[in-house]
Amino acid sequence: MIDDRFARLLTRAYLGLFFAYLFLPLAVMGAATFNESRFPTVTPWTGTTLKWFAALWADGQMWNALGTSFAVALGVICLAVPIGVAAALFLSDLHSRARSLVYGIMVSPLLTPGVIIGISTLIFWRPYGVTGGILLTVLAQASFIAAYVMLLVLARLQRFDRTLEEAALDLGATPMQAFRRVTLPFLMPAILAACLIAFLQSFENYNTTVFVRGFDTTLTVYIASKVRTGVTPALNALGLILIALTIIGAVTHELLRRRAAGRKAA
Amino acid sequence: MTALYRRYGPGLTGLILALTGFWIIFLVTLPQLDMVDYSFRPNLSMSERGGPNDVYTLQNYATLADNAIHRAIFLKTIWASALVTLTTLIVCYPIAYHLAQGTTRRQAALLMLLLLIPFWINEILRTFAWWILLAYAGPLNNMLVALGLIERPIRFLSGDGGVIVGMVYAYILFMVMPIYNAIESLDRNQIEAARDLGASPWRIHWRVVIPHAKPGIAVGCIMTFMLAAGSYAVPALLGSPGSRWFTQIIYSWFFEGGNWNQGSAYAFILLLLCIGFIFGVMRLARIGLADIAK
Repeated sequence: MIDDRFARLLTRAYLGLFFAYLFLPLAVMGAATFNESRFPTVTPWTGTTLKWFAALWADGQMWNALGTSFAVALGVICLAVPIGVAAALFLSDLHSRARSLVYGIMVSPLLTPGVIIGISTLIFWRPYGVTGGILLTVLAQASFIAAYVMLLVLARLQRFDRTLEEAALDLGATPMQAFRRVTLPFLMPAILAACLIAFLQSFENYNTTVFVRGFDTTLTVYIASKVRTGVTPALNALGLILIALTIIGAVTHELLRRRAAGRKAA
Repeated sequence: MTALYRRYGPGLTGLILALTGFWIIFLVTLPQLDMVDYSFRPNLSMSERGGPNDVYTLQNYATLADNAIHRAIFLKTIWASALVTLTTLIVCYPIAYHLAQGTTRRQAALLMLLLLIPFWINEILRTFAWWILLAYAGPLNNMLVALGLIERPIRFLSGDGGVIVGMVYAYILFMVMPIYNAIESLDRNQIEAARDLGASPWRIHWRVVIPHAKPGIAVGCIMTFMLAAGSYAVPALLGSPGSRWFTQIIYSWFFEGGNWNQGSAYAFILLLLCIGFIFGVMRLARIGLADIAK
């Protein structure tokens, strides 16, 4: 019994340490936003200020980079989501050996280092006149983000009763009508989730983007270049805002999920 | 294919095939082949391309064998990535086990949310957080000096240590999730039975939990190694000129050396390293490709 209590204590201690390790760096980064010091740190504390938020607000480059990131993410959603849905539909109608080969090719971008996806895209499109920039970044990011979309849609498709489509066709619906009124509505939750994942993946991407961006700067590229060439706590202010948005998003998502689960149970 | 046509008619089938084909052919397969082709050609000016000098050669691969610095960086990248993988596994296994078996469903959901939040935040920002923490005049050094544990600050960011710490932090989730999924499917009664029969906790893990979690452990290790060896973000932020990563050499061939062919050869070597690791681990754990991409 004493052994048992000791084990539980040990587990608690490890959990505490682990989550401290997870959150302390983020807490320090956030706290440094409010320090007067020009260099982002919490020691020594030279005075409390909100001026770094103002500095961030006034940073035109940051706003440009944010705009570029949104443009790229939008492009990726428009390209990768239709591709992923089509690929999932294609795959679910394939059989046996061809299926596992095609599946292997489709998931291979997820097992390929991001830098290599960037490099191969850069090389491939140059003869066609597509050089580094927003368009090339969209193409490179879509090539692996489409795989996430495909997996999400495929998982949902496996729970789909295919006889529903056949019933619609038998009852005289055109294939287009059957798709729009039966298949697509069923897939919608997975498609929306895929849009969110695609957005997040695109927004945070660095390893691939850095090879295909040309002279365009996304927000992650901007942050990385700031860290190397003169960082101020304005960057921490940006980090803090992104963290706050993330936590709000995560908690909202969790509350909605619980409410949905509660409604189902009731 | 006929099933597809019968179900979706000519218009939709055409669209499905066009989109899937564009992806597989123009975004995945051909660019990769092009990169490999590039790596076996000399670096020529536009006018010389297709001329008598444009022949297949191994010279870009010989560069790595001849250049002692690049070779050392390549080997460093391999062992450091392996170290990152092993450390991440040791840090994450107890957490994954606790989440899957040691707690109620409600608590597990809360812990999972706590675990997910840092990973919804940009990798660059998470790395930047470590950059602040490890800085020469940063909080960690100040704290250690104030506690009297060290006499003068340590330059955490001038060796490989900072990069390794930053990577372990960045890839935790890729290790925890597959192991958690694997352990969760283990029947708790099996653990109870082992305990009732007198097995020690170590023995229970070694003989019951770990064999069951093996596919998850394999997937976690594959993802972590691939991300570590292929990372450009973490070494770019937490490394110094003296602790370069192989990806940084590749980058400099492209954008400083202007030799794309040479860079392609290095990139292909990196890809082969990752593929080798993937197949090695898959064989060791006896799992297939479908187990990985979940």
